[in-house]
Amino acid sequence: MPKSYLRQSALAHLHLEAHAVEVAGDAGVDLCERPFRGQLVLRGDCTDNAFRDAVQQALGVTLPVEPNSVTNVDQVSVIWLGPDEWLVVVPDGHEQAIEQELREALAGIHFAVTDVGDSRAVIGISGPHARDVLKKGCSVDLHPRVFGPGQCAQTALARCHMLLHQVNQAPTYDIYVHRSFADYIWCWLEDAAQEFGLAIIAQAPGASAGARAPESEPVVPA
Amino acid sequence: MLLIKCPWCGERDAHEFSYGGEAHITRPENPDKLSDEQWADYLFMQKNAMGPFLERWVHAHGCRRWFNVRRDTVTHEITAVYKMGDRPPERTA
Ligand SMILES: [Zn+2]
Repeated sequence: MPKSYLRQSALAHLHLEAHAVEVAGDAGVDLCERPFRGQLVLRGDCTDNAFRDAVQQALGVTLPVEPNSVTNVDQVSVIWLGPDEWLVVVPDGHEQAIEQELREALAGIHFAVTDVGDSRAVIGISGPHARDVLKKGCSVDLHPRVFGPGQCAQTALARCHMLLHQVNQAPTYDIYVHRSFADYIWCWLEDAAQEFGLAIIAQAPGASAGARAPESEPVVPA
Repeated sequence: MLLIKCPWCGERDAHEFSYGGEAHITRPENPDKLSDEQWADYLFMQKNAMGPFLERWVHAHGCRRWFNVRRDTVTHEITAVYKMGDRPPERTA
């Protein structure tokens, strides 16, 4: 892991903090970078009860076996990537300890766990028009009747590979893209959001997938 | 827009997928015992049928799994999707 003083988030060069506001106000869309999340790729056979139980024991989260679904408890999220593949998102700095816990719990079981570090950048998009922005570049049906909180999809956004996770009803989404695409996708999102009114939100480093409270109140402007 | 139904992720735009050619071609048991002609036949010669065709696709931008599809090469109609290792389902009508 790089020393923290050398470490920059994927969008650090944009100096987003200079444009950021505290709250979205009446903007139709708000965007933020969610820098520095611990990310592990976990692989194994989810038809094996021993594998599922061991993962549950190590993470305290039930493994999502339903395609395109996410489970989370507190600060740990497990995102379905494939029938034998998951992305485990943990608070920054906890990845090594959690990897170790997985290795211990899964000893003797066929599995793989890989710390993928900051290979994926995360951009948060929220607000009453967040869905409209995504619809401009994403072919997956995001209508609330088929896609809601706790669901994810690996697909493309503006021709770029994306892992999309709907976090809450607002709706708030986390967009995971490979790090070298982060600048392109950020610019695309800013442009696509312009017509709805855009606010850039300051985000404390280290805030993780399960860290935000709002499973509850949709953010709807008066 | 052509929709392909990934056996895991469900219906997705065809742009998310990559094509893998004809399905159910068995790799020869002993490649080094084959003549160049036989090996080339295995590698390159596909049926390229006009009409219903069994072929492989991979959900490249999704779950990255390979699977089989029965697609009409004239109309693009997809009449079956099934997992690797499975046999094509019986055709109905
Ligand atoms: Zn898929």
